Amino acid sequence: MPSMRDIQRRKTSVSSIGQITKAMKLVSTVKLQKAKTRAEQAKPYFDKMYRTVAHILSRSGQIRHPYLHAGDSQKKCVITITSNRGLAGGYNAGVEKLITESGFAKEDVELVAIGRKGKDFLSRRGYAVRADYSDVINNPMYSDAMQICQDVLSAFAAGEIGEIYVAYTEFKNTVVHTPTLLKLLPVEFSEEEIQAGTEKTHAREAAMNTPMNYEPDEEESLDIIIPKYITSIIFGALTSAVASENGARMQAMDSATSNAEEMIEKLSLQYNRARQSSITQELTEIIAGAEAIS
Amino acid sequence: MAEDKLFQLSIISPERVFFEGRASMVELNTSEGEVGIYKGHIPMTLLIVPGIVTITGEDGKKLAAIHSGFMEVLPDKVTIMAEIAEWPEEIDINRAKEAEARAERRLQMKDPMLNLNRAEMALRKAMIRLELVQESQRK
Repeated sequence: MPSMRDIQRRKTSVSSIGQITKAMKLVSTVKLQKAKTRAEQAKPYFDKMYRTVAHILSRSGQIRHPYLHAGDSQKKCVITITSNRGLAGGYNAGVEKLITESGFAKEDVELVAIGRKGKDFLSRRGYAVRADYSDVINNPMYSDAMQICQDVLSAFAAGEIGEIYVAYTEFKNTVVHTPTLLKLLPVEFSEEEIQAGTEKTHAREAAMNTPMNYEPDEEESLDIIIPKYITSIIFGALTSAVASENGARMQAMDSATSNAEEMIEKLSLQYNRARQSSITQELTEIIAGAEAIS
Repeated sequence: MAEDKLFQLSIISPERVFFEGRASMVELNTSEGEVGIYKGHIPMTLLIVPGIVTITGEDGKKLAAIHSGFMEVLPDKVTIMAEIAEWPEEIDINRAKEAEARAERRLQMKDPMLNLNRAEMALRKAMIRLELVQESQRK
């Protein structure tokens, strides 16, 4: 049985850890609120962008456009969004698993890492890191997304990479975050996606009896709009990932705090038992001593 | 202003909904030249080049700077998707002036390593910002 001193010492250390996790939980709750509003504000822009791209694609049918077909290169560029800091539960592991279990051959993958945790983990496993934008995740700005988009698109245009993916954690709500692997380039919309995306526009066209005009025409517009579309996905992924990170950390810290409380309870019970038994022992010793004298 | 001449105008940027309201006319620069749009325009999608957008709304004219994006025009609704949009109050004149000088210097140096497009874009952005501030101060 551990001595009273040992138990007391453990209790103090557990309770101070509990204080830290509690503070971290509060901090990430505040950050989550902020990140959530940002993610929500980015939504209307992205939705509109999605509808426009879907509509152009639905009308232009079988156009040959470099952004719509995979490049010759076997290389796949994966933009990996993780966090710079740990203690966020399974947040980083989720994204890392997506990549290790994606079925992509290691030598074909080139990473654009955003977030140190994912970069360190994956480069240790032998994945090549093409670029590192870890600082971005602290406060993602739209201009950062533009910069990343420009870099990957120019590599795509130069034929260095054939496909572009983004791996991030989608923020569904405060408790549900799902790691997602999304294909950015070549742009591929399934029939259903086009249907869903253009429903509103088509309804409007039918109501007005005039089709949408494009100026310059659809194909030229694609040149400009697709990079913007990709930038908006990257930006959306960044804001969503930040919200998820804070959500995951909040949950992890919440359970850590409650675990600490539970442990303190157990330790106080043990401590009290030890205290009682030591008192009993002392008493028996005194009585035994007194009896021996008399 | 007659109610039947107004249309719904929204300017959306990735960071926020920049403007949402009713307007009678909106003027801006597109890849095909300057356009002014009233209510009842045919449906059209246009690409925006950096410039000043003038919104004639219910309570007078409003100016803003827009750098790249596209817009969707419908008879009763205009949506502008701007990557960057700013009101004149939000522009830091000193910073814009500095950026202008810096971009000009860079273009003059004719460094072969220079990303010409980027420097030109930076210059254009700075010039638009300054122009916008001047325009709005004149009123």
